Amino acid sequence: MSRLTTRIAGTAAALTSFAPLAALAASVDGAVQKQSTNYEAIGMFLAFVLLTLGITYWAAKQTKSAKDFYAAGGGITGFQNGLAIAGDYMSAASFLGIAGLVYTSGFDGLIYSVGWLVGWPIILFLIAERLRNLGKYTFADVASYRFQQTPIRTLAACGSLATVTFYLIAQMVGAGKLIQLLFGLDYFVALIIVGVIMIAYVTFGGMLATTWVQIIKAVMLLSGASFMAIMILAQFGFSPEALFTKATQLHAKGGSIMAPGSLIHDPISAISLGMALMFGTAGLPHILMRFFTVADAKEARKSVFYATGFIGYFYILTFIIGFGAIVLLLVPDANGVYPFLDAAKVAAANGVVNPSMIIGGSNMAAIHTANAVGGSLFLGFIAAVAFATILAVVAGLTLAGASAVSHDLYASVIAKGRVNEQDEIRVSKITTVVIGILAIFLGVAFENQNVAFMVGLAFVIAASANFPILVMSMFWGKMTTRGAVLGGALGLVSAVVMLVLGPTVWVAVLGNKAAIIPYDNPGLFSITLSFLGIWFFSITDNSPQAAEEREKFKAQYIRSQTGLGAEGASAH
Amino acid sequence: MQDRNTRILQNPKFKELVAKRDAFALTLSVVMLVIYFGFILLVAFAKGFLGTSISGGTMTWGIPVGVFTIVSAFILTGIYVQRANGEFDELNRQILEETK
Repeated sequence: MSRLTTRIAGTAAALTSFAPLAALAASVDGAVQKQSTNYEAIGMFLAFVLLTLGITYWAAKQTKSAKDFYAAGGGITGFQNGLAIAGDYMSAASFLGIAGLVYTSGFDGLIYSVGWLVGWPIILFLIAERLRNLGKYTFADVASYRFQQTPIRTLAACGSLATVTFYLIAQMVGAGKLIQLLFGLDYFVALIIVGVIMIAYVTFGGMLATTWVQIIKAVMLLSGASFMAIMILAQFGFSPEALFTKATQLHAKGGSIMAPGSLIHDPISAISLGMALMFGTAGLPHILMRFFTVADAKEARKSVFYATGFIGYFYILTFIIGFGAIVLLLVPDANGVYPFLDAAKVAAANGVVNPSMIIGGSNMAAIHTANAVGGSLFLGFIAAVAFATILAVVAGLTLAGASAVSHDLYASVIAKGRVNEQDEIRVSKITTVVIGILAIFLGVAFENQNVAFMVGLAFVIAASANFPILVMSMFWGKMTTRGAVLGGALGLVSAVVMLVLGPTVWVAVLGNKAAIIPYDNPGLFSITLSFLGIWFFSITDNSPQAAEEREKFKAQYIRSQTGLGAEGASAH
Repeated sequence: MQDRNTRILQNPKFKELVAKRDAFALTLSVVMLVIYFGFILLVAFAKGFLGTSISGGTMTWGIPVGVFTIVSAFILTGIYVQRANGEFDELNRQILEETK
């Protein structure tokens, strides 16, 4: 592995815009050279796949009804669901990306970790229990509760599919590149492996298998990261002060890594980013689906509590690992050679080292650190965890996309509810296979594109289209179908248009000189527009149907508050 | 069902539950937003402060402030779950019991 001579380009460019989003996508773009085969990593990965396929076989035998398929029978406990939610959130890229960001910029990495986390308490206080009380399988169940099914479900399904697709492309491209780098497998082979195993999890094991794969991976990732952080701190007598002091001595930026840098420059961008992260999380269909896998509102609340704890703990670990990378990778060995830095670059700088000289780019900081603290066996473990993580996140996304098609579009819009469960599950399984094959081809098509903006797109769409409809339908009794459809569409369109005209796409992707809209993140504007649209088109709606929909709010309100009539767990 | 909904709406405990829980959730949300946006505004406008050494060493104020923000998110969710799964769920149970 130390012979890695590849360069993951684009990280620096991506940092100026959707840095955390880029981090999540593991902005590995540009050419990546295939590596020599890493047998330890492949062995551990095979062990993981065999274990999870065993679980899928077990889950397949439990999965009979639609409720089993979409929501794991509603029998997941709060603690298990907390781990699964944390697993969905801790993608391979957020592990590698945030550790890499801390390694290059120090404190700035912490700013993004904080932004990623603070949405969770808000989700708990305002959304989680209402969602659990009102919903069945998808968030569209909640959004369309008292409205006309066809338009709302269609819009919600489009929002879900758009979010899932953009997120999936980013994961697939990241997966292909990472696996090429870590395992020495061919890019296309890597995509096929991810696609095929993921299809097996979802079609045979449904939500039960997907959840358990996510739980196992979360435990592996948390244990691996804990081990690394402990090994790093142990070298400094568990004194953070000593670790930080050493890091400031070695890092080219010196003491400035202990203070905010230039990543957040103006308050509009900062607030906009904060809103997109917070509300985007609350609009991601694969995360929202997890709330239907627990028995009741009580367990739904507990799952957010555990998830927040695990995610927060994980971010503190990545911060330590990033600093560990500084103190372990920027030092020469006994022969005066820097094993983790590009020898040519070190020579060109006359031995004055700089974090950017790291072999494989800054996203590889955590991987090299694993090698430095635990040798090649532990390196293999962390590489296998990274692969497992991608697999688990991709499976969760695909299930959310398949549910939007089978439950919202097929069962509710096309068949108008006159469909039996087995047909609905069959449509879902066929959709899973289609999405899986599509994901492989999209991964190939976008191989050399900068995919960071796709994650940005996914988050902004989730925050601007899905989230406003969801939250207004739960809280505002005067909302009508017309308001929901027009407001949601306004959010969707304005988010996409502003993102395309902004620096992320207009300049970075399309190559124009100056952006038409100066803000990286349109969240502040598109989210506001969406809410205003819902409000305006609802209050001006005087149709008899609107009156009927307002009348239905009372029953919805009582159910959302008390859980009366809510979906229970299936008995088996 | 319609009758039961009316009974629930008229139950004084239902009004009590909704008022208490909404106020509590809103308070905690505001606390979280103030902490988070306070942190972001410090980052945007008071970079100097966050880069100041705490006691002459390398450790700056930025680190405990950032870690505090992460930990506060966890603690706030804990506080909410504690009260919602105890007091509020008990009240909810009584409401459903009384309106059967």
